[in-house]
Amino acid sequence: MTHEHHASEHIEAEMDAALRTKALEALLVEKGLITTDALDEIVRLYEQDIGPLNGARVVAKAWTDPAYKQRLLQDGTAAVAELGFTGRQGAEMVILENTPTVHNVVVCTLCSCYPWPILGLPPTWYKSFAYRSRVVREPRAVLREFGLEVPESTEIRVWDSNSEVRYMVLPERPAGTEHFAEEELIPLVTRDTMIGVSTVDAPQPLAGGE
Amino acid sequence: MAGRVDQHITDMDERIALPRKNGELVFEAPWEALAFGLAVALSEGGLYSWRDFSQGLATEIATAEQEGITSSYYERWLASLEKLIIAKGLITGEELDTWTAKQALDDEHDDHHHHHDDHHHHDPHIH
Repeated sequence: MTHEHHASEHIEAEMDAALRTKALEALLVEKGLITTDALDEIVRLYEQDIGPLNGARVVAKAWTDPAYKQRLLQDGTAAVAELGFTGRQGAEMVILENTPTVHNVVVCTLCSCYPWPILGLPPTWYKSFAYRSRVVREPRAVLREFGLEVPESTEIRVWDSNSEVRYMVLPERPAGTEHFAEEELIPLVTRDTMIGVSTVDAPQPLAGGE
Repeated sequence: MAGRVDQHITDMDERIALPRKNGELVFEAPWEALAFGLAVALSEGGLYSWRDFSQGLATEIATAEQEGITSSYYERWLASLEKLIIAKGLITGEELDTWTAKQALDDEHDDHHHHHDDHHHHDPHIH
């Protein structure tokens, strides 16, 4: 009963938000402050073009090109822009390298700051109160809930993004991929590995292969 | 562009392919995409800085969490966007109320002409 009551309240809040958003759009267009074309273009970009695949390209290049990796770790914003990924929100991008002794994980404790140009928009859990408050206090336990067991000997560093600095993790290249070309490495890199809540798995050997 | 709330689950199907590639859906309902686009478009148009928006959003989230308000992320996003553009003098609260009422009438009108049925079929939100 209470549950149903909450569910209907939620639907009402959603309908109200939808209505207000549409009204806001109509009003701002009427005042000439935005155009629907510009709006459509922004939404299209973030729904279709800008996503974790950009970050995966950055990671695969860093794994295969030592000079690029050095530039990436020195000046993330510039190195990422070399591949055509630039942000218009004016935030600096810092890339954190995972090693056998240091595991990095990224959060935004205040809201949802995230490296949009290379990872797209953040997943729902990244924006949740639970993740934002707990990963700082008990990172090892939170990572375990993501299925990632970090050895006791590995130091965990938690980085708090903000409107001026956005972090991305450069995960470790998995063993067994030494002969992989850049293009073959890209699909191995997932969004979660670049936030630091997962590590990159070595590809499964083909069934029946000798 | 923005579809109807009560269709958002079916609308999603065509949008799933790309944004899901390496994770989950970017937006759960069309209005969320619209609210996102509005905030970015106004910032890119130089009407406020992204930092202004970002700080307002952080405040909105902190307040909601302190007061135990169970609003969704994009409801908070929208609330902070409304406050910012009113504070910047781009629109007034009265204008927004008037346009929202007008929008409600338009939607009702649409319902009578095109959507006799789905009005009653609100599926629960899928998380």
